[in-house]
Amino acid sequence: MASNSEAGGSADYETLMSTSDVELLKRAWRNEKAAPEILQYEGALVDRAKEQIELVEETIEDYVENGIDPLVVSLYQMDLDRAQFLLRSYLRIEKFMFHNLNSEEAERRLSEQEKVFATRCADDLAKHFEETVLLKLPENYQSVLKQSLISEVDDMVPQPHLDTFVVCRSKNFVSLNLYEEGESPETVEMERGDLYFIRYKIVKRAIESGQIDLI
Amino acid sequence: MAGQTDPHISLFSPQEVEFMAEDELVEIVPNMNMEQLNFISGDFGRFIPQIPTKVPLWLAVALKRRGKCTFRPPGWMSVDNLTQILEAERESQSTFQALPFSYVEIARLLFDHARDDIPDMYMVRSLVEDIRDVRLHKLETNLGSFQGTSAVKISNVSAMEVNIVRPFVIRALEAFYKHDKPEADVDRDTRSSRQQRETNNEPRRPLRQR
Repeated sequence: MASNSEAGGSADYETLMSTSDVELLKRAWRNEKAAPEILQYEGALVDRAKEQIELVEETIEDYVENGIDPLVVSLYQMDLDRAQFLLRSYLRIEKFMFHNLNSEEAERRLSEQEKVFATRCADDLAKHFEETVLLKLPENYQSVLKQSLISEVDDMVPQPHLDTFVVCRSKNFVSLNLYEEGESPETVEMERGDLYFIRYKIVKRAIESGQIDLI
Repeated sequence: MAGQTDPHISLFSPQEVEFMAEDELVEIVPNMNMEQLNFISGDFGRFIPQIPTKVPLWLAVALKRRGKCTFRPPGWMSVDNLTQILEAERESQSTFQALPFSYVEIARLLFDHARDDIPDMYMVRSLVEDIRDVRLHKLETNLGSFQGTSAVKISNVSAMEVNIVRPFVIRALEAFYKHDKPEADVDRDTRSSRQQRETNNEPRRPLRQR
């Protein structure tokens, strides 16, 4: 079980060493919820958290048998409940997110089990649509993926809304490129701890590398 | 929670905001002896009578409810400090005073569970509520004055406040952005006047729903 020392904001190495898995899980949960697309599935983190949770569950059973002060037991139980809540919420978000997404990029990020779930889900959805609606439409419009045979892209699949805005806070001083392609490059600088409403696309890289948190 | 109808605007429920605030450290004074606690989320303790120690808010509340400790109200929660902050909030139309990110949640939990540990509780409570009102009002009026940009900086806004304005601000900023892009060549003046009109339309809807 990791210890939670006061992260004084000095060396990044120290912060890394002292951040508990629960902290990381909380961060992943928060980012995932606030982001408009699925973020990298934190498989290793989820597994570690699961392990720790199971360990504590066993410990609690031991405590109860050995008659340890019920107060202590209930406190450990509360901590356990909080960790479980985070884990469950995180997994649930992942599942919900790809009800709407079916792009290649998302597939790269999902875990194996989720891919299986997703393909099954997509197949069922497709069948459902076909049987109820599509067969009744004129021939050109029968595909689940394309609006009509004329469309070139899969435009019935909602694309992640990358241009939306999110609220974020940076951990350190960060300087970002505001404009893309041909427009005059402007930068926005974020001091540590500033809150920004900003376009998701701009901060996407920084979030992945852990410099910025979504709120 | 995860079952959101509009996937584009993610919202945290108030309970979730409170959940996140509960990891904040507060100071308590235990009145009993207890060994160190080795939680998944960290190690806390040991607990020695009359020796103050820092624990997460959720743990502090749990101990307090069982009569095992008293709270040391955080420094920012004194009547003097809060009065100062309230004055400063009222004076400035556009800046927010520095308050702990989760001040709303911390204050509420303390009022609910630790009334007797806060000196001048009623005074403190009404001060905090006044501060909340002034800040929310400030947020509302400021929202009408955005210029369309790609990034808006707001300093010292707290978690609850962010959560409340988040859906509206996101929609407004998106609208600005959408209208900004194809009109990069248009005269600056025309654009800013169009933005003014945009501002007038957007704020009305979501705010009136309250």
